[in-house]
Amino acid sequence: MAERLEGALPAGVELQAREGEPTALIDAWDGADAVWVVDAVSSEAEAGTVHRLDASERSLPETLFRASTHHVGLADAIELARALGRLPARTIVYGIEGASFDVGEELSPAVGEAVERVARAVREEVVECTRGR
Amino acid sequence: MASRTRTIRTDYLARVEGEGAMRVRIAGGRVQDVQLNIYEPPRFFEAFLRGRAFTEAPDITARICGICPVAYQMSSVQAMEQICGVEVGGQLRALRRLLYCGEWIESHALHVFMLHAPDFLGYESAIELARDNPGLVAKALELKKAGNQVMTVVGGREVHPINVRVGGWYRAPRRRELAPLVEKLERAREIALEAVGIVAGFDFPDYEQDYELVALDEPGEYPIDRGRIVSSRGLDIAVSDYDEHFVEEHVPWSNALHSRIVGRGSYLCGPLARFALAADRLSPLALEAAREAGLEPGERNPFRSIVVRSVELVYAADEALRLIAGYEEPDAPSVELEPRAGVGYGCTEAPRGILYHRYELDDDGTILSAKIVPPTSQNQRSIEEDLRGVVERSLDLPDDRLALLCEQAIRNYDPCISCATHFLTLEVERT
Repeated sequence: MAERLEGALPAGVELQAREGEPTALIDAWDGADAVWVVDAVSSEAEAGTVHRLDASERSLPETLFRASTHHVGLADAIELARALGRLPARTIVYGIEGASFDVGEELSPAVGEAVERVARAVREEVVECTRGR
Repeated sequence: MASRTRTIRTDYLARVEGEGAMRVRIAGGRVQDVQLNIYEPPRFFEAFLRGRAFTEAPDITARICGICPVAYQMSSVQAMEQICGVEVGGQLRALRRLLYCGEWIESHALHVFMLHAPDFLGYESAIELARDNPGLVAKALELKKAGNQVMTVVGGREVHPINVRVGGWYRAPRRRELAPLVEKLERAREIALEAVGIVAGFDFPDYEQDYELVALDEPGEYPIDRGRIVSSRGLDIAVSDYDEHFVEEHVPWSNALHSRIVGRGSYLCGPLARFALAADRLSPLALEAAREAGLEPGERNPFRSIVVRSVELVYAADEALRLIAGYEEPDAPSVELEPRAGVGYGCTEAPRGILYHRYELDDDGTILSAKIVPPTSQNQRSIEEDLRGVVERSLDLPDDRLALLCEQAIRNYDPCISCATHFLTLEVERT
């Protein structure tokens, strides 16, 4: 995803590829007015299904973002940030339904296509958000 | 009460790593049966390693766990280096211990504040705790971040480090790269000291068990990255003799294997064991913090493991600072080695206890077989025995409070279910 968006975002917008330690996201969001978070999800929906959720006002559904090998998942990190007053005013989360989570697997065609779609959507939203600034 | 069956079950156990369930059956006012059901599917990593190159083991096994990848890397490289006949010492080893301190800080900070403290403070989660006490949670995050930063600088990434290799490192950090960690670790040490004082003041259930405690033993060092395997009942063996003294058994109610000591039975590894067997090798500051918290090496109350973990946080920060102060850039980031046929053994102290690896290689370094015994497998029998003991002392509690107490007893172990299968739901059945 980060590769798709490299160089494609307006000035003043920071692109970060994170490795999945969710509490570190809270620091990464400090000072941001708006953030878009893209993550893989596994909710038994069809591979390549895209979920778009606005976490600015509401919690993420646990069924989508509970799974984590780090005890604290993305949904928890967002709620911790909210409780600490550190959640950006606008927090949009995209979840892309994965096909296989096995080690070393390439993206399946359906997921690859979804990545392209989400990259375009994020870029459009970011451009729209930063217009006139 | 004695005339009916009482069943207490928890179908999804929160704030533990992975997925599992627990079932307790009480009949006639006595605990009849305790089962920890681990239903996360087995992960077949041992089979997946067969046919792979010996150099791949640290990166493949690191993927077993997002909380203790360094433990997997360190146990695997130790085994491979034994087969190759090399020992990684000096600054290359010091860097390994430093990386391990980063992992202990990350893992213990998460468990003490986010997962275990809510039990004692009456919160359902760290998020509720953060709403009422944002200052405490912010400090916890700052502490954890110091661990992340050690992992990033030394290991190349905060999760699943990429810089570890059989024989040493791909790249040794420069002294100036470690220097910025000092201020962060000093702050982490302050927060950890504060944490010891806070958790020592919690109310602890009155419960003790006469565990056989098992930890690594290395002269002059608090056990982290190497040593013989010793116990509170006289066991003192080389890691290569592990399979003669410990066995794993399948139990029908769990996907994880249960370990026991041959001829005796359950045992306990992790913070309580390390502290009991090696408290005298803590840094003076950590030892003083333990004394002030009222901890004695004879501590056998598993609920007080949160205090020991906090003391180990002080130690890990202190030890990391010592290692950085003494660091000299090595001439080469790794030692030369050639694979050869043989069997090798590795054992290191993951945050939650000893992690054993055994590998057999053919002469070109292809892995013929692999055996991995994570600490949660080793502690499972003790967890079940604790549950039995805790429930027997608390039969008068209503089911919901009993279930919560059982969950808390399980969290004493910071169990890593993904590693052990390999974990939780709670079911108590009363007759």
